[in-house]
Amino acid sequence: MSDVRMFDSRPATAVDAESPLAVSNLAERARRSAADPGVTLRERAFLGHLILRGGAIVLDEAVREVLGVSLPARPGALVHDADGERSIQWLSPDEWLVIVPEGEAYSLEKRLRDALGDAHFAIVDVSGGQTLVELSGPRAREVLMKSTPYDVHPRHFPAGKGVTTIFGKATAILRRPDEDRWELVLRRSFADYCYRWLVDAGEEYGLAVEASGR
Amino acid sequence: MFHIYCPYCEEHREEEEFHAKGQAHIARPADPDACSDAEWGDYLFFRDNPRGIHHELWVHAVGCRKFFNITRHTVTYAILETYKMGEQPTITAESLARGEKAGNVQAASGGQQTVGASDAAVASVKGAQA
Ligand SMILES: [Zn+2]
Repeated sequence: MSDVRMFDSRPATAVDAESPLAVSNLAERARRSAADPGVTLRERAFLGHLILRGGAIVLDEAVREVLGVSLPARPGALVHDADGERSIQWLSPDEWLVIVPEGEAYSLEKRLRDALGDAHFAIVDVSGGQTLVELSGPRAREVLMKSTPYDVHPRHFPAGKGVTTIFGKATAILRRPDEDRWELVLRRSFADYCYRWLVDAGEEYGLAVEASGR
Repeated sequence: MFHIYCPYCEEHREEEEFHAKGQAHIARPADPDACSDAEWGDYLFFRDNPRGIHHELWVHAVGCRKFFNITRHTVTYAILETYKMGEQPTITAESLARGEKAGNVQAASGGQQTVGASDAAVASVKGAQA
């Protein structure tokens, strides 16, 4: 049992939460969406984001026990659980990003801490510091090709891969959960900039924005 | 576009993602209090500036954010190898001078190499660095 003190940073009471893209007014842009969009942009706000740090062997055991998937040890690997709602991504040889549905981060952190006990590790809830933007549609890859120096050709960037790289003049985590979708994990302070970059870059292909409603 | 192989990400990445951090394999003196001013000044401020092979510390700042080493030729700018922290270079000024081939690299005849990348310098920090 770990002796680290924890607190639920996102209580279940009626406290207003604001996504990093709250200022960007996606709802307004959504009303001007293209009829037959080449690219569709959607924010998946308020997901739980956890950073896991530690040795791969120690973490793997706990992650398999708690999440039911093995820790991706290969550089750039991204794995999902059986229903595709929870993911773990390799960020560096001793660092992983876990993304889970809204409201699950706290209980997941607790279960991981219980499973890891006195092992040498760190878990940080970074849910409030970043948000996830999803791109889909037949021209999504072309938007990315204008935005990052990283090679997004399917041969080089198959589904199940994710990298931290340059996006616009900022940095972002770029991931490909499956054949049809791309995900960008954006830092709070870069989110509005990256969103505006995407809207500008996607305009020529016909862009649709789907607002999450809050 | 110019790509550098990150030994941790295990792939070539755009140069824009990296930062150079100066000379590699500089071991911090085990007991700083026991150093003379000259030794401590040497450790803090003095760096090699070779014409030829140079071992450098780089960081994959936008990617995995790990530090690693690059063996680079300061005349041609060619990167001869990259290797992880705690590892030793397989290509040095001496190994090239002896005519050992490593990959497609060969020593330039008459090239002036300084002590910065010498086998002796590397050996002297063996075991001392992180
Ligand atoms: Zn790297």
